[in-house]
Amino acid sequence: MTNKLLPRPRVLRSLRVPLLSRRKTERIGGRLFLITTALPLVLVVVIALALLARTYPILETQPIGELLFGQTWHPLRGEFGFYPFIIGTLWVTLVSMLLAVPLCLLSAIYLAEYAHPAVRAVMKPLLDLLAGIPSVIYGVWGLVAIVPWVQNVAAPASKRWLDFLPFFAVTNTTGYSILAGGIVLAVMVIPVIIAVTYEVMEAVPNGLRESSLAVGATRWQTIKHVVMPKAAPGVLVGVVLGFSRAFGETMAVLMVVGNVPRVPSSIFDPAYPLTALIANNYGEMLSIPLYDSALMGAALVLLVVVLIFNLGSALLLQHFLARTQA
Amino acid sequence: MTHISIRNLNAHYRDHQALKDIVLDIPRNQITVIIGPSGCGKTTLLKSMNRFLDLVVGTHISGDVLIDGESIYAPGVDVTEVRKKVGLLLQRPFPLPMSIYDNVAYGLRIHNMHKRGRGLDAAVQHYLEMAGLWDEVKDRLHVPAGRLSVGQQQRLCLARGLAVEPEILLGDEPTSALDPPSALHIEKRLLALKEQYTIVLVTHILRQAKRLADYVVFMYLGEMVEHGPAQQVLENPQQERTRAYLEGEI
Repeated sequence: MTNKLLPRPRVLRSLRVPLLSRRKTERIGGRLFLITTALPLVLVVVIALALLARTYPILETQPIGELLFGQTWHPLRGEFGFYPFIIGTLWVTLVSMLLAVPLCLLSAIYLAEYAHPAVRAVMKPLLDLLAGIPSVIYGVWGLVAIVPWVQNVAAPASKRWLDFLPFFAVTNTTGYSILAGGIVLAVMVIPVIIAVTYEVMEAVPNGLRESSLAVGATRWQTIKHVVMPKAAPGVLVGVVLGFSRAFGETMAVLMVVGNVPRVPSSIFDPAYPLTALIANNYGEMLSIPLYDSALMGAALVLLVVVLIFNLGSALLLQHFLARTQA
Repeated sequence: MTHISIRNLNAHYRDHQALKDIVLDIPRNQITVIIGPSGCGKTTLLKSMNRFLDLVVGTHISGDVLIDGESIYAPGVDVTEVRKKVGLLLQRPFPLPMSIYDNVAYGLRIHNMHKRGRGLDAAVQHYLEMAGLWDEVKDRLHVPAGRLSVGQQQRLCLARGLAVEPEILLGDEPTSALDPPSALHIEKRLLALKEQYTIVLVTHILRQAKRLADYVVFMYLGEMVEHGPAQQVLENPQQERTRAYLEGEI
């Protein structure tokens, strides 16, 4: 009875069908995006597993401690110690960060807080341009400019004035050294770190600066007490990004660090970073047993360290955000 | 009695003239409210009084602003001293990225005004009380200021501004981001504070102007159209444009 009196409105029915199919598209779309988002993550895991599998043969013959902390690299005798390479990588990266980070902070502060908009408008694209230069070019620049400079200027100067310091000793250097690698790397990561740091400082709301200035703080006090603390997590991310870039950089470093598999003791010593080891040797002399496996192991170490750093920075970032934000 | 004298003040932003030859005396220990449609130069006029216009690249100022008869634009004037003397409440609260306590202590520390330890504690309490926030935060002075509600944050900003012992308080629509009870709370505070401070407010809420103002300035397109005691301007405007604005025509 009621059905006759109140027939189900047709409009509603016709509405329902496309609604359902729209919902379906929504669901499928959602899943699709999930898959595309997850893909890179899966890829990293797959790469790590593949590396692990390829490293396995050498892990069977040598304990992992010996591999990581072994000091000698002598593939023909079956000795594969990563230690000099790991230390070499750390040295070069550390030197580059020590050179780059203070410079980047000051530049970013200048750009974000002091520079005239016109200066900013010119500098920003220039820095982005620098970030896009292929690393080989930095390597060539390192070869023709930095290596001779280290040999002819920096090393003699250090011998004269800084010889007493640890890490600054000079023993007839060729210029192919950790310092040269560090300088080239620093120049490479500077645009990256400045870009991130600048962006983060720029994102600090103007009202915060005004609030500080309004009680009579100077510009520098405002930067020190308000802008920098607010921007700190982002700055940290920029630094870690630069670190990862420097840590994993291959071409430019390989061209200027000398590639001598020995544990360095001074910034004027040559070094042999992990990346250079893999790039220089993979595909050659693979007839030597376990050589291939050892190189894969080196790649795995590289991957794990970079992952740990990125993960660590993400966690630190969260910690900072929780502390400074509401 | 005049506290702030504005003399032939012109402000240009690039080729736009934001303020046209403003001449105005702002009375001491009263609430002066600047009203007018948006874009009329209210905020520009307000920010000329603590030299905040300096911060906007491309702004050119001529004329003068005198506080207690002394020019704040004279060469050699220390801008930070001007801003210490003239507090400013912004449109919405910006707690500094530190604790509630440190927010209030910020100015004291910057200007080396703080007595260490106990003295500083007492000062922080005093200014939080003046801002009507003490009872709500006394048990959590060391939590980040961002955890407060927006209304509480604005009162915190008030306390932070009061802490450097200004003579003048500027407010750039200081209640516009707040819910009505919080806005009322701020209004009550301002009314209480005018005994000790000269207060200049910008607002676009006419009812608020009626509630607070002792003295009213009406601005239109960069010109000061009319100014005078609140009652006179709000209830018996002499200028046609003022009347039109008050009746909601412009």
